[in-house]
Amino acid sequence: MTTEQLHDVRLHVNGSVHEVQVPARRLLSDALRHDCGLTGTHVGCEHGVCGACTILVDGAPVRSCLMLAVSAVDSEITTVEGLTEDDGTPQGRLSPVQQAFSDCHGLQCGFCTPGFLTTITAGLRDNPDPSEEEAREMIAGNLCRCTGYQNIVKSVLRAAEIQGEIQGEIQGEIERERG
Amino acid sequence: MKPAPFAYLRPATLEEALAALAGEQGAKVLAGGQSLVPLLSMRLAAPSMLIDINALPDLGHVTTSHEGDATGVRVGALARHAHVLASDEAAEVQPLVRMALSHVAHPTIRNRGTTVGSLVHADAAAEMPMVLRLLEGSVDVASVRGRRTIPAAELFAGPLESTLAHDEIAVEAFFPALAPGAGVAFEEIARRHGDYALVGVAAHVETDGDTVTRARLGYLSVSDVPVVVDVTAALDDPASAALAELEPVDDIHATADYRAHLVRVLTPRVLAAATDHARSRAGEAIPS
Repeated sequence: MTTEQLHDVRLHVNGSVHEVQVPARRLLSDALRHDCGLTGTHVGCEHGVCGACTILVDGAPVRSCLMLAVSAVDSEITTVEGLTEDDGTPQGRLSPVQQAFSDCHGLQCGFCTPGFLTTITAGLRDNPDPSEEEAREMIAGNLCRCTGYQNIVKSVLRAAEIQGEIQGEIQGEIERERG
Repeated sequence: MKPAPFAYLRPATLEEALAALAGEQGAKVLAGGQSLVPLLSMRLAAPSMLIDINALPDLGHVTTSHEGDATGVRVGALARHAHVLASDEAAEVQPLVRMALSHVAHPTIRNRGTTVGSLVHADAAAEMPMVLRLLEGSVDVASVRGRRTIPAAELFAGPLESTLAHDEIAVEAFFPALAPGAGVAFEEIARRHGDYALVGVAAHVETDGDTVTRARLGYLSVSDVPVVVDVTAALDDPASAALAELEPVDDIHATADYRAHLVRVLTPRVLAAATDHARSRAGEAIPS
């Protein structure tokens, strides 16, 4: 039996560099979980339907099960672990989208949640103030078998609110400093 | 659900990619991978080598030209669906491109999948092959033997089968511009938005004043290749004319009967929308 060739791959994930050795056929989802140890990215259907493995590649949501790790060398990757904001504590502060899921009971078993969080984080960057219809459209590519989606839609709208409040505070601070 | 082993190459130039492809009979080209990677994972495809073209320069363009016969939208092999969809210029020059792209899978898939890749994947259930065929566009392919242009009418050989030779890479697609006085429309029925359509229909209508001078309809997911039907001579009953040339197929998603029913429902609706579109554009073009 011949040994499968391994490729040296340098992955940029959540601001850190991970040097991994993987066969060409290693899916990016598996590389993140097994080679980088970042198990926040969940693997459901493994053929691009369920959305659980969604990550951000150069800021845009992409299915990590539909990319090869070797093909991700030139990309900046953000996984669900990278959404938390640094506030000096070891666990960090929940991002607006994560906080909204907590507030609105946007998850039950949590399996699909990492894919929703990454998708919505990018979605709100493109559309910071979505209507309920747009919130549904934003999450149309992700499957959840627990919630019936109602609370996830609420979470999208709540996350937009929280983001708006934070923006308002920052704006206020800037104006105070100027004033 | 893991791909079988394959050799991997990530060339930096098109010449290098073409030489590698010519030298390896079992090689496949990887661009967006949104169709190829599931096929690998399900082991429906097991190429001996993947040639990853994502590092090639100068293939990510979406450009429009307004001169002569070449008026239209040019899309490079690495332009993602999302990038093409976002181009206001492309939507202006050929509105059907945006109309159809908004139905291609989900935004997450469109962020990685390429329009040219979708064309040469030649899925009869996909939107863009049918659109290219309806618009009488073309695909430019390159190989170590040179470069050639394949008209859309000659591109689709069968289910998931294009007429590209094994050593050819599709480098650019061309969608002709919408002429003044012409109109287009697109509609599809899917169980959920973003899923594969059970039936999709696009129409391309040319008018002269109140007269429809040419009317053609494109169908996806009905037969096992994208089909275009000219209904100019059958405007009173275009659905029957279309069904005479279509062979609706049974699969797990819908019966052939149900597909025929959807063709009857969608055909007049989409044709009317394209005719309205043509008239509204003709109205705009008249200087007041």
